[in-house]
Amino acid sequence: MQTDVAIIGAGPAGLAAAAELGRLGAGRVVVIERDAVPGGIPRHCGHSPFGMREFRRIMGGSAYAARLAHEARAAGAEILCSMSATALFDGPLLELSGPEGRFMLDARCVLLATGTRESSRIQRMIGGTKPGGVMPTGALQGIVHLNHQIPFRRPVILGTELVSFSALLTCRQAGARPAAMIEAGPAILARAPAALLPRVMGVPVHLDTRIAAIHGRDRVAGVTLDTPRGMTDLDCDGVVLTGAFRSEAALLAAAGAPRDAGTSGPVIDSFGRCFAPGYFAAGNLLRPVETAGACWAEGKRAARAIHAFLGGALPDPASAHPVQIASDAIRYALPQLLLAPGPGSHDQLQLRVSRPVRGMLQLRQGETILASRHINARPERRVMLPLPAHALNGPLILTIEDST
Amino acid sequence: MSGPVYDIAIIGAGIVGCAIARRFAIDGARVILLEKAHDVLDGASKGNSAILHTGFDAPPGTLELDCIRDGRAEYLAIHQRMNLPLDACGALVLAWTEDEEAALPALMAQARANGVTDVEALDKAALLAAEPQLSPHVRAGFRVPGEALIDPWSAAHAYLYQAIAHGAELRCRAELTGAERHADHWSLATTAGPIEAGLVVNAAGLWGDHVDKILTGNARFDIRPRKGQFVVFDKPAASLARHILLPVPTKTTKGVVVCRTVFGNLLVGPTAEEQPDRDIAALVPETLERLRETGARILPALAGHEVTAAYAGLRPATEEKGYRIDADLSLGRITVGGIRSTGLSAALGIARHLGQLCGITPAEPKHWPDMPPLSQDVTRDWQTAGHGGIVCHCELVTSREIEAALTAPAPAHSLAGLKRRTRVTMGRCQGFGCMAALARLTDGRFTQPMTCGDGDAD
Repeated sequence: MQTDVAIIGAGPAGLAAAAELGRLGAGRVVVIERDAVPGGIPRHCGHSPFGMREFRRIMGGSAYAARLAHEARAAGAEILCSMSATALFDGPLLELSGPEGRFMLDARCVLLATGTRESSRIQRMIGGTKPGGVMPTGALQGIVHLNHQIPFRRPVILGTELVSFSALLTCRQAGARPAAMIEAGPAILARAPAALLPRVMGVPVHLDTRIAAIHGRDRVAGVTLDTPRGMTDLDCDGVVLTGAFRSEAALLAAAGAPRDAGTSGPVIDSFGRCFAPGYFAAGNLLRPVETAGACWAEGKRAARAIHAFLGGALPDPASAHPVQIASDAIRYALPQLLLAPGPGSHDQLQLRVSRPVRGMLQLRQGETILASRHINARPERRVMLPLPAHALNGPLILTIEDST
Repeated sequence: MSGPVYDIAIIGAGIVGCAIARRFAIDGARVILLEKAHDVLDGASKGNSAILHTGFDAPPGTLELDCIRDGRAEYLAIHQRMNLPLDACGALVLAWTEDEEAALPALMAQARANGVTDVEALDKAALLAAEPQLSPHVRAGFRVPGEALIDPWSAAHAYLYQAIAHGAELRCRAELTGAERHADHWSLATTAGPIEAGLVVNAAGLWGDHVDKILTGNARFDIRPRKGQFVVFDKPAASLARHILLPVPTKTTKGVVVCRTVFGNLLVGPTAEEQPDRDIAALVPETLERLRETGARILPALAGHEVTAAYAGLRPATEEKGYRIDADLSLGRITVGGIRSTGLSAALGIARHLGQLCGITPAEPKHWPDMPPLSQDVTRDWQTAGHGGIVCHCELVTSREIEAALTAPAPAHSLAGLKRRTRVTMGRCQGFGCMAALARLTDGRFTQPMTCGDGDAD
């Protein structure tokens, strides 16, 4: 099977790219989706506000997902559901496996938009037993919103990111009453109004607290909390492991593609190119984790870069300059490789800090400051630095002149 | 109310119980296998290092050694007929200190005395040539070519399915609560009703002493559970090791092993920690971190690799080191106790030994189960036509494989049982991508459901 563009992942980034490529007349566009229905993560988010940026209206997750798929199809893209990409090869060439079996897809160009997942229990190093009833938000929301089943009655929720409050609401909709929310840090990570929810719902929030161990043989019977006042046991029948997102980059890892330890995603250049000639990446695969709207915008941007690539209009990737991060307060910066601007290029550097930091963020080339802005940043917020509109030459250094 | 009379009732459906059920069913006995959990392999057999041992380091002249050698030989003879994997990668025993190096000649002599005559001494250069990612701090070692990797769960399931094909019955959620010996048979009380059988085999593993006391009225031995924790590295790490990398064993433990799995991961473990609890094997983050460090000391490149999973198993050790196998045929009782880490290798040999004790000539099987291909060096279901779609994306488990496990001769009764039969949720995402689909596909099919009912969401 052959196509001009193959897009792996029918979430906001992949579907936005598909729709844009259709509008640009980029030829045959095939979207590969491993789930039975397109839409990605928003599909099972029953409640968050989606769609303001994309469709100028507030929508629920599943309606938003359906609208994205509709736009992609209306623009001429084919969406293959229940279809898994199982390997990437030079070419680009993809190995796919669907209900009928395995086959190869030959593409002129591939967009990787496989998104993100929440960290597993072992990645959080939680001790204790391995009973049923321990799950990430993604699984909880699928069980509740897609299956209409209840996995537990009285879980604890680990994390206080935005998604943690989404998990809280999902529990409530399922008729479960969370026993507590647990946060390792000194404050709730999400901003109001989400942060007010626990008080409204009467769910205690334990700060500066870790889950030291999970108990129970077959089903969760409780947890031991490591709190500032010592160890304490809490009865519960489930544990929701929320947030701590990481890139769903298994295909790239298996292919031996370079990845960024800071983002857990692929190393990309200004045009989103990664891995091998003809491969692009966009959306939350690039880094954990931004909103559906931000991923949608990245998908559209990637579509313009892909369209230019198909027309032979992108610069040689070998001419890119790596951004060297020279501050330990910067966790990552995207894109990792910069070129002069062009069609579909990232026009801003996006970064996250590893600790609260205030100061002057600077992108330098030798002694020349290419871009700078004052920041007052926290780890949970994205920082953007507009990139220069002119050509680059020589090594690039990103620093924060600390003023804390 | 009375159940049918069986020739033999086996208490405990772990690897040993399944192998015994297979042997006696093939040999024409009416067999019932009783398991107290929702599904088979739920005790000691649920977590081990998945190695088929040669017995090179087993205590010489023991029944354990005989059972390992016979069990291994039978596995090698039958595995292809049942589509069970064998990765004959061999092992390297590695010395890291002067003392360990000094112990190597005696270990090799013991191996030869145990009939493992193809061991081969290797100096540091030869070790590094054989295993290029090995730390250059290694001093010396030897190769044991016969050590191999297998699938610990598929093997046990295959024995069980073959037993069932020969007429054996499996009853889960059937815990032994009492036993009465009559002139020529037993009346067993279980949580799944009464059973009558001529011969009772105690293969209750971690509960072997309890069952023994029910059957004999005496406390003849003590199970002293020994916990083993493991960490599992993600698939890219598997390329770092060709052999099973063994340390020089101590008096009490084989020590921490680094090896691939037939599923294409790399594991490091086990620890050996005595504990009173025989039901709960808790993971301890500090210990897992130490195992990760141990792995990286042996294979330095492991330091950059991601841990996918961790698990802990319990070995049914007793106050003595050897197997505790004894038979009183006049009372219709055989006890198979204290089968520790070597149970996976020895199970078929133990079963053969029990057959001999009972004076039975082993028969040829009439039926051979065809086990699903789960190991990574064969064509998996997702690579073939009509699999119905991939459900678990990390381990590439298909809808057809899940349905097969739910309708197998001994179907999965719990998510844990489904995991062991198919590998669902065992990958790097630990269920983020597939748990909802599994909850849907298994709705109403498990005796231990994944959910607690229907909600009124949305």
